This record gives sequence, C-alpha cells and structure tokens, in this order.
Amino acid sequence: MSGLHIIQYDVVVIGGGPAGMAAAVKAKELGLNVLLLDDNEYLGGILPQCIHPGFGIHYFKEELTGPEFAYRLTKRALELGVDYYTAARVLEIKNYSDIEKVVIFSSPKGAFEVWTKTIIYAAGARERHAFEIGIVGDRGAGIYTAGEAQTLMDIYGIMPGREIVIVGSGDVGLIMARRFALEGANVKAVIELMPYPGGLARNIMILKDFDIPLYLSHKVVEVKGKNRVERVKVIKVDENLNEIPGTEFWIECDTVVISAGLIPSVKLLTNIGAEIDPATGGPIVNDLFETTIPGIFAAGNTVLINDLVDYVAEQGELAAYGAKLFIENGGIPTKHWIKLRKGENVRLLIPHYLSGERDVFIYARVKRPMENVEVRFPEIGKRLRLPIVKPAEMLRLKLRKEDIAKAKDEITMEVVPL
Amino acid sequence: MKTKVAIIGAGISGASIARVLSRYENLEVHLIEKAPDVGWGVSKANTALIHGGYDDDPKKYPMRAKLCIKGNRLWHEWVKELQIPHIWNGALIVATKEEDFDELERLIERGRENGIPEMRIVDRDELFHLEPGLTKEAIGALWVPIVGQIGPIPAVIAIVENAVANGVKTHLETEVRGIKVENGEVKGVETNNGFIEADIVINAAGLYADEVARMAGIDYFEIHPRKGEYFLFDDAIPGPKRVLFPTPTPISKGIVVTTEISGHLMIGPNAQDLPPEEKEDLATTRGGLEQVWEGAKKLWPNLPPKWKVIRTFAGLRPEPTGGDFIIKAEEEVWGFINVAGIRSPGLTSAPAIAYEVAEIIQCDLGVGLVEKTKWNPYRKEITHFFMLSPAQINELVKKNPAYGKVICRCNHVSEGDVLEAIERMKFIGVKMPSVDSVKFRTKATTGTCQGSFCRPRIIQLLAKEYNIPPWKVTLKGSGSEIGIGDVKVLVRGDEA
Ligand SMILES: Cc1cc2nc3c(=O)[nH]c(=O)nc-3n(C[C@H](O)[C@H](O)[C@H](O)COP(=O)(O)OP(=O)(O)OC[C@H]3O[C@@H](n4cnc5c(N)ncnc54)[C@H](O)[C@@H]3O)c2cc1C
Repeated sequence: MSGLHIIQYDVVVIGGGPAGMAAAVKAKELGLNVLLLDDNEYLGGILPQCIHPGFGIHYFKEELTGPEFAYRLTKRALELGVDYYTAARVLEIKNYSDIEKVVIFSSPKGAFEVWTKTIIYAAGARERHAFEIGIVGDRGAGIYTAGEAQTLMDIYGIMPGREIVIVGSGDVGLIMARRFALEGANVKAVIELMPYPGGLARNIMILKDFDIPLYLSHKVVEVKGKNRVERVKVIKVDENLNEIPGTEFWIECDTVVISAGLIPSVKLLTNIGAEIDPATGGPIVNDLFETTIPGIFAAGNTVLINDLVDYVAEQGELAAYGAKLFIENGGIPTKHWIKLRKGENVRLLIPHYLSGERDVFIYARVKRPMENVEVRFPEIGKRLRLPIVKPAEMLRLKLRKEDIAKAKDEITMEVVPL
Repeated sequence: MKTKVAIIGAGISGASIARVLSRYENLEVHLIEKAPDVGWGVSKANTALIHGGYDDDPKKYPMRAKLCIKGNRLWHEWVKELQIPHIWNGALIVATKEEDFDELERLIERGRENGIPEMRIVDRDELFHLEPGLTKEAIGALWVPIVGQIGPIPAVIAIVENAVANGVKTHLETEVRGIKVENGEVKGVETNNGFIEADIVINAAGLYADEVARMAGIDYFEIHPRKGEYFLFDDAIPGPKRVLFPTPTPISKGIVVTTEISGHLMIGPNAQDLPPEEKEDLATTRGGLEQVWEGAKKLWPNLPPKWKVIRTFAGLRPEPTGGDFIIKAEEEVWGFINVAGIRSPGLTSAPAIAYEVAEIIQCDLGVGLVEKTKWNPYRKEITHFFMLSPAQINELVKKNPAYGKVICRCNHVSEGDVLEAIERMKFIGVKMPSVDSVKFRTKATTGTCQGSFCRPRIIQLLAKEYNIPPWKVTLKGSGSEIGIGDVKVLVRGDEA
C-alpha cells in the first residue's frame, strides 16, 4: 500500500487561474468528469489581486475588474459542480500511456494520486526578478517583483514603501505605477530599457494622468541600501542596448518594483519531455492546445504570455474541447499537421501546428513596432492590413479552415511594411 | 562551582565551540550574538566547501594546515550526528598548462605532509570521463576525494540547536560592547542587554574579532575584509559533479565551478581587498562579477546565459594580520581566548577549532574538564517536504494539515516546514521573526522565482505566529521591514 488516496477523472486541470477555470467549466459543460487543482487558497490565479478594470470585454462582453472576472468563473464552476481543491500543489505528472496519466498532488487533506485520461496544464507564469536582469548591489528589503508588490497590497493590505521606482513599462509595471500613486506613494520614475514603452496604449496614459516620468532607453543597474533600498543607479543605453558611459545617475527611493516580463511555468511539462518553444518559453502546441505529449493540453500564460485575460480564457475553453475530442477518439484525429512558421518581423506565434480541420486563432507578437503593415500568409495567399503593430500588443488573427486547406506542409506568417 | 564561558559570535566557529564545550559538566556556556539569528556573519556567504587541507603550508600557516584536515575528518562525523545537508563529491584541481603539473605535484607533497594520503593525478582521458563539460584546454587534474560541500548556515543552525539541547544559553540581538578585565583577568562582557558575567571569554567575532580583542586591550592584529562574489544559476542548468578548481597561483585558490548541495550551478569567488572599516559591504559589484564570469569560463566554457542567473551574492573573508588563524589564550588577559582571523578554510576547520579551544581551556587555563554522563550528540533535521514520499506526507498530514500545503512553488516547502522552522527559531532564542530565518531553515524563497510567490505567504505565517502586523515582519532583522504600514497608511497620512 502506498498510503495514497487514489481518485479518477477524465480531465485534471492544473491551475485555477482564468485559463484553468475556463477550461474546467467548459470541460464540465461538455460532460467530462473534471478535477481542478490550485495551490493558492482561493481560485482565480492572479485575478483576485488585479483590482483594476480592463478584464472581460471580449469574454463577458463587459468591462470587469480581476476579482469580478474571477468571481464569475468561480460561480459558474461551483454551479456546475466542478470538483476542485485549493491549497493543492501538483508535485508530479506521469504519462503512462496516451490515455493513462497520473497526477500526484499534495493538499492539507493529504497527498493524492489521480488517474486521468487527459490533463490541461494552466499553471500560468512567474515574473523575472532583479537577479535575472543583472541588477547588482545590495539585497535589502524593498525590492519586489510587480506581482509580489500587488499581492502584498491587494491581497494582504500591506503598503510596501513610499518612494517607488518601477523597472519596466509593460502593462504590469504601468498598472503598479498607478496603484502606488493611488495609494499616495511617490512614483519617481518608470525605467524602460527599450526605446518604446512596453504596455498597451491605454495603460501608457497612466503616466500622464499621474505625472510619472518615463525614461525610455534606460536601465537600472544597481541598488544601494543594506537593510532597505535607499537609491538606484540608472544608465542610458544606445539603440543596441549597450550602456552609454557617463550617463549614470541615481534616483533616491525606498522601493524598487521589477516588472521585467513573465516566464511561462513549464517545469512539470518539461519534466515529462514536452517540447518547449524558445520564443514563447511555453510548450509547442497544436490548434487544440495539445502539447507534444498526446492528451496533455496547455492554456493561458503557460503557453505564451498574453496581454488579455479574455484570450487566456478562450485558450482554456479550446483545450477543454481538445480534451473532449481526445477522450472520444482516443487521440486527436488529424490526417496531416501543417506547421505554422515565423517569417519577417514575427517574434513568436502559436499554435505551432494546424490540423486544417477547424478555424483557428493565431496569436502572435512582432519584433519591432511598424506602421501601415500587411500581415501575409504567402502559402495560402492570405493578406491583412493593419495600421500599426507593436511588440506589446499581441495580434490575434483568424484563419479559416478552407484557407488552411490550401497549404501543403507549412504556412508562414510575415509582417511587412506596405 | 561551574566555570562560566562567554562565546562572542554565533558563526560556525562560535557555534562549534559552544557544541564542544556543552559536553562538559563543569562549564556554563553562553553564546552571544549581535545579529537576530545565528550564522549571519562570514559563515553566511561562502563557497561552502569542506576543503581537502592540502594547500596550506604548515611552515607559514601552521594553524590552518593543522586544523583544516582535522576539521575535514571531523565534519564526516558531524554531518551525520547533526543531519547537516552535505555531499562528499571530491574536487578536481585542473591543469591547463604543462607547468601546472609542477604545482599539482607540490600540492600532493604538501597534502602528504598535512596528513592527506588520498590524492592522485588523473590524466586527460580520465578527467574527461569524470567531467565531460570541462574546458577542452584541460590536460589533467589533481583528484582530491575527501573534499565535500555542506550548507553553511544550516550547519550553524544545526550545531546551535544541538548545543542548546545540551544546555548552552544563547543571547541573540546582543552586542558585546565592552569586556570587563580586573587585575589582568576577564570578568565578563558588557552588552546592549546588560552585563554577562564570565570567567572565560572566547572571541569568535569573525570580521569584528580585532575590535573585540581591543575591548580587552589586545591590539596586535587587525582584520580587513576581502570580498568574494558569486553567481548561482537555476537548478535546471547542468553543472559539474565535482568541485572544480583551477591550478592555484601564489595569490589565489582561483574561481570555483561547482554544483552546490541544492543542485544549483555556482561560480565564484573573486577576491577584492576592502579597507578595514568596510566590514558591512556585502554589495555585489559589476566588476567583481565580471571577474568571476571570466574566471569560471576558463574552466567551464559552457556557462548559461546571464538571464539564467537566479542570484548573485557576496561574502567577506576576515583576513588577519599574518594570514594564519589566531587561536590562543592571551597571556596579558587571563581567561581571554582569541579565535580570530578565521578566514578560509574556517568553515572546514571549525570543528577542529572547537577542540583546539577545549584543549586551550584545559592546558593553558588549567580548567579540568569533566564530561557529562549524558550528552546528546544527535540533532534531527527539520522536516523537508521536498524529501518526503506521498505516503509520508499523508502520515504527517494526519498530525497537522499544514504539512500537506506547499507554499514555496520552486523548492516545494510546506507550511508545516515553516511552522517547524518557527518553533526551532524560538528554541534557540530568535526573537525577531524574519523571512531570512525561515529561508535558511526551509529553503523557501531560494528557488527559480526567488520568492515572489512564497514570500507574502511566509510573511503571513510569521505575522500570525508572532502576533504582529504583517508589515512589521522583516526580511533580515530590524530596518528591513517588509512594508511601512497598512495599504492606506499614506493616503490617511498617519504613517509612523
Ligand atoms: C567568499 C568566502 C569564501 C569562503 N569559502 C570557504 C570555503 O569554501 N570553505 C571554508 O572552509 N571556508 C570558507 N570561507 C571561510 C569561512 O566562511 C569562515 O572562515 C567562517 O565562516 C568564519 O566563521 P566565524 O564563526 O569565525 O565568523 P562569523 O561567521 O563571522 O561569526 C562571527 C559572529 O560574531 C558576531 N559578532 C561580531 N561582533 C560581535 C559583538 N561585538 N557582539 C556579539 N556578536 C558579534 C557576528 O555577527 C557573527 O555572527 C570563505 C569565506 C568567504 C568570505
């Protein structure tokens, strides 16, 4: 006897954020027997700490805050009777065969071994921290990732500091700049490495609203302050991101908030050999968000970092649909996979493989901002005009199955100036 | 009548001395530390190696040469008795030029002199069989199987827990500010928490041993800090199986490439001399880290990209005048024993230093030591969730559900581990709750994400357990509070 509690499901969803919850809800609606697991004490992933609006415009056709979005999904899951555990951490996944998988998790109720036919992995992402971006100096209190600062403030009600420097002008950094300003802190600067801001246009407005200086083409290189941050050293960079000597200056502050991007959490997937795309940091997936391991699906920020929760939830639903098809057919039925390839000015895209059996949404990011462009798929002769593309804003484009059918083995996506 | 002993400094030296002295019936041992927890001085940040004892010249540095190998042998017992995380993986001192072999031969010679017969030269073929990732320039190496690695702070914690279990009294957050000497005899130490009487005062104050000695009127040596910096990489990065050194030069043992006991590739340290007054400067520097990178690359060319770095840190070696450990009873001040200048290989030597001090107490101070009939050599390591099988988890959950709840995603630390860490902190007298105290006992916050998920959870647990508001929880003691008040404190305008 292993002393383990053994249970069985059709699908185990790992991660109770918007991707996982949407997946669990959809799977249940499709008649599958679902178990949802999350290691937080509450469902919703990071949504409960995102108390600003901007969620749900596509998915619920209404602008909601993060907690509201989470509440709606949670309510639906509870109404449908989705089984779930919170404070439950998955320790290991085993892939015995295409239709026999095991998920081992631990919770305050004990350690469980779940036998399941499919898994939807929606474990989200983690934030890059100060060490990963090469900041040197002291390691006192007052250095937080944006998400940690947000958790402290909006889950636990703690004010981290008074004088704030934000590293990174992505959406998360900008939203935290506003959050701090609203609570009366002095946001002294947002420092951005690139020559253009990283966030959505609507979030860049925050800087104007609160009179927060934005330093483009600058980076924070050093923190001083043994027990607590006292100041940070900033330096200007040239167009190749090389530092320009002599441009250093210090900003006095007691808190540094690092918002330097997210990295998909994929450890359990890589442990069992799922292939990872170096461009997204997430698993290689097909048009039902199945990874390279049959019957293991992924969705949300685990696959690629999304800007909108609506897309994340959409991916979760698609994965649930994939799980249903998989269980019914003993695999995803497809004659021939067509590879989607990155062309000119495309930094990343998913899905990596298309079956041609269904319409798909392509999610992609460009490398450089560009105006007046055409997105082209030369192999199938499809073109689409866009007034502007930016690395910060994910492109989501629909390809119809009739179009995909025109390709033989590959479809390239390129973004070229008109 | 018991002889009262005050040990200043709860680093690896002071802790080891306390443990060894706790064996004796007729000693009353007080361990005094200014930091909020034990092991936060020099012992906190170092290469964590149990060295082989082959490189110190017994003519120039007799104490180092003698105590290093003795310490190495003792650690093989201590890690078992005290359940200290360790690995005995051996070291390779790599030659890249023909001339290097001359130096390696010298090391073998010196090793024999110091009492280490177990060393040999391996040729290129064997070397690459042992470490395929080494630089292609490598042409052979010296193999030293007795080298190992431990968790230095976990070691101090384990030793202190055992010492306290055997009757040692700790005084944390207690800074020695003066030493009372009457008629050439020590009488005790003045601290911020009052006077502590003592018949014997042992100065194991690490970087501050010169200042403490001066408090007793002894000023023949000075300690200056020598900074060493490190990179630690994500645990998914493959590193060597053994500890890799370059062939040493007259000035340095060189930059080490190793996989530390938690499985992270680690490179470092460089060596930068700082002025004596900069004993608190633990900042990493770009120049220093650059040196480490370049140095490590010479041995291990396949270094990961810089964004795979999960932490950089620095340590300060206490470099004494003359270069050798200063371990002796000072004749001018009866009862005052210096354990000063404990630079590298001080971690390795610590258990041997402790026995040396016991002998000094017997022989030089003439205190006959009476062994306790019951002395407990054992200490049990804290529960580590990541080492449990699912069945063991279920056993523990029956007692306390917190053991099933993982709070650190990267390293799989459970809430139960943290609660146990808090109990142990209380047992050895830690007064101020800090995230670092939990970190060093459980490994929470030391993984890939460096704590952005679990730190807020640990803060909650500490706040609850010590009954304080969460913003008063500190990262590493007073002055490093997590926040400035509740989230509305600035808007309300009534911040403290
Ligand atoms: C970069 C580096 C690499 C190293 N690598 C290795 C290695 O691989 N192997 C090895 O064997 N050794 C190594 N060492 C050496 C080893 O770390 C030290 O020799 C050892 O940790 C010294 O321990 P200690 O107890 O003497 O000093 P500490 O750990 O500094 O302990 C002294 C304690 O005294 C306290 N204190 C000071 N003044 C007072 C006062 N007035 N009142 C109360 N308390 C006071 C301090 O707070 C401190 O906690 C290295 C050191 C460094 C810095």
